Amino acid sequence: MPDLTSNTAGIISPNPFWLASAPPANSGEQVMRAFDAGWGGAVWKTLGQPIQNVSSRFGAIRWKGAAGVGFNNIELITDRPLDVNFREIAEVKRRYPKHAVIVSLMVETKEEWREMIMRSEDAGADGLELNFGCPHGMCERGMGSAVGQEPAVNERITSWVKEYANVPVLVKLTPNVGDIVPHGVAAQAGGADGVSLINTIKSIIGVDIDNFVPQPVVGGKSSNGGYCGAAVRPIALHMTAALARDPRFNVPISGIGGITSWRDAVEFILLGSSSVQVCTEVMLKGYRIVEDMNEGLSQYMKDKGFDTLDQMVGKAIPNYTDWGQLDLNYEIVAKIDSQSCIGCQACLVACHDGAHQCIHPSPNAADLTPESRVPIIDESECVGCNLCQIVCPVDDCISMVEVDNGFGPASWNDHLVHGAKLRHKKGSH
Amino acid sequence: MSKLPADRSESVFSDFKPAYSSNQARVEANRCLYCHDAPCITACPTGIDIPTFIRKIATDNVQGSARTIFDSNILGMSCARVCPVEVLCVGDCVYNHMGVPPIQIGKLQRYATDAAFAEGWEFYSAGEDSGKSVGIVGGGPAALACAHRLRRDGHAVTIYDKRERLGGLNATGVAPYKMPADRAMEEVAQVLSIGGIDVQTGVEIGADVSFAELEDRHDALFLAFGLGPDSRLAAKGADLAGVEGAVDFIERFKTGTEDLSGVTHAIVVGGGNTALDVVRELRVLGVPHVTMAYRGTEARMSGYAHEWASAKVEGVVAAWQTQPIGFEGSDGKVTGVRCLRLDENKQPIDGSEHVLSADRVYLAIGQSKLGELVSTLEGVENEWGCVKVGEGQATGRPGVYAGGDCANGGTEVVNAVAEGRDAAIAIHAYLSTQA
Repeated sequence: MPDLTSNTAGIISPNPFWLASAPPANSGEQVMRAFDAGWGGAVWKTLGQPIQNVSSRFGAIRWKGAAGVGFNNIELITDRPLDVNFREIAEVKRRYPKHAVIVSLMVETKEEWREMIMRSEDAGADGLELNFGCPHGMCERGMGSAVGQEPAVNERITSWVKEYANVPVLVKLTPNVGDIVPHGVAAQAGGADGVSLINTIKSIIGVDIDNFVPQPVVGGKSSNGGYCGAAVRPIALHMTAALARDPRFNVPISGIGGITSWRDAVEFILLGSSSVQVCTEVMLKGYRIVEDMNEGLSQYMKDKGFDTLDQMVGKAIPNYTDWGQLDLNYEIVAKIDSQSCIGCQACLVACHDGAHQCIHPSPNAADLTPESRVPIIDESECVGCNLCQIVCPVDDCISMVEVDNGFGPASWNDHLVHGAKLRHKKGSH
Repeated sequence: MSKLPADRSESVFSDFKPAYSSNQARVEANRCLYCHDAPCITACPTGIDIPTFIRKIATDNVQGSARTIFDSNILGMSCARVCPVEVLCVGDCVYNHMGVPPIQIGKLQRYATDAAFAEGWEFYSAGEDSGKSVGIVGGGPAALACAHRLRRDGHAVTIYDKRERLGGLNATGVAPYKMPADRAMEEVAQVLSIGGIDVQTGVEIGADVSFAELEDRHDALFLAFGLGPDSRLAAKGADLAGVEGAVDFIERFKTGTEDLSGVTHAIVVGGGNTALDVVRELRVLGVPHVTMAYRGTEARMSGYAHEWASAKVEGVVAAWQTQPIGFEGSDGKVTGVRCLRLDENKQPIDGSEHVLSADRVYLAIGQSKLGELVSTLEGVENEWGCVKVGEGQATGRPGVYAGGDCANGGTEVVNAVAEGRDAAIAIHAYLSTQA
């Protein structure tokens, strides 16, 4: 059995699946139920001066009948008394000593930071996460993303925290910046033991088009919120990888952003995350999804021959490179398996309208049988873009197959610097 | 046009395929693959742009969805219910080739068109008056589709129907678990709401008005007079009480009441879709034993397999390879059907003669053809009793067109709608060439 034990900057958890700092980690009762369900850790809902929330708070994108592929919220940090929170953290740690409890914090003055750190550590926190990411409400009060967007402020406050903290400190980064790297590097310079990313993305989830109000609606008005859910995963993966591959950045990462399954988690780990945090999918489906996540990750590791998570972390980073290093002479073309093709012609219209017009209808398409409707690919024009394969509803019906064109590898950089010979262009008619 | 009585035997039937809620419709609509040059469109005789109307349900543009349907098929509401989608659009859904349940196109079409009726959405208005007039003989689906299309092009239209109500078999012949007669009448009203369609009911062409008079009155004619009465078996005892025509029976219980309380065992002769409707209807109307006697085998019956599967669920039994040769009776009432067993080649088997007891027999062996009606119109040919048509539903006589059952011999409502619409397009083109 592969060992799922996760070590993120010294924070140890029995598996890499943590609840992100959010409603699912709002109280001791919830966190204990989550641990019973199989979660390895929980980042407690951010503690600070308790706030007053609005109703409503959440909005979601409904896509093909399912809600929540994209999600947003205008909820703030904890609204529960600090005494209650710390008492419950202590209770959770007493009952679940092997699980990781990370306390998320957001306060203003150095003195407040000192007090919150001491109380967290007294309660038994395994680590601290500094919420420099919240993009709504708190940033209007000079906290959250207002800190995370200024590398100098980020570094200064991180260094305050490190003066007092004895447990590992993660800085949670905001994605609402042009380039994530300086912000990760600033946290590292301030002494952070690791970073977690991404926090939510500044967003308006939708508009009530009958009443002319953005959503979620609060008494006829709304405000921008934080976007999350599966739709943000590509952004989070990029930011995770951007830090992981940067030579200036050398501390562990806890990955966050649109993780719904073990597969999503594997992607974050392969791009450099030591642990992953989940919120939206738990809000939509409940804690029990973690059973599949643990099982799926374990099976994947077994299939790939990984004994420990360390062997996986960042495994895909060496293959993440600049566009200028990609081999321009590498050539693939689409092939349709006529046995499994159902004749929907989705590939045909996608290629015609959205790509390079190299898929054509079968001359017998009017016969309506699937065999007679298998489209024809003009391989001499196919640019190998993947679009047909993406729109095909049948698994493995369209495959992208490598073609030997006789040209050796040549990147744009090779071409510019060494004059490497490039194959003829396709689909540029 | 007279109204339907409120009290009708068909009111005991419930929907065989219940309507979708908006939630169910959206979930189903979102499954559609939105095929390019979709096979379901080709399979639809009226060529409705099915992927487009389904996508509009998915995007909650239900009004646009209904318009897309009506653009091709003004009787889209009834077709959604009565079409044998299993052998048309749904049967050609590409999901069938993937081992995935096909899209329920009929139910989605019903969802959009029901909404149009419920909300009273109006999509069409009459065209500018062309000064031309078209007479339509018959008031069924082909006639209605033709009339509506002609009005959009501004032609004056008069419908002549020998019955008291329009709608044709859509009103009098559709199995009530698919559509009750009042829905068909609502649809008639919606078609007529385009305005300018003069409806003359109770007028029989040939008897009350001659074709020659019609030709005098109008610049073009569309013949859509359907089929005649149920065919009868020329066999001993055929005139016994209790030996009835199936289509006639269906009309009676759909448009009025029918007392079957004394009937314990009914035999339906035939193996087509009318026979399959009647056997199911009899079961729901309370007849304890219903047998379908058919000359052929189950595998080769002309009725749809999916309809027979439902009939079996209703408790209908079949006597396959069984040929009725006469009726037994006592006191002038039928007591049984004398039959022969047939072999694979539909040849009688020696010594197989036997009597199936029954206190009611319905003949569902077809309806008579009325092509002879047009024998006085020079140039209009009839072929096996059907009015012969060519391109654009044109007969051999200039300005005379035909469609629906009287021309095609009896097919689906959707075929009649397509023919009526296509005839209207051809008539419009014809009238444009006339001074």
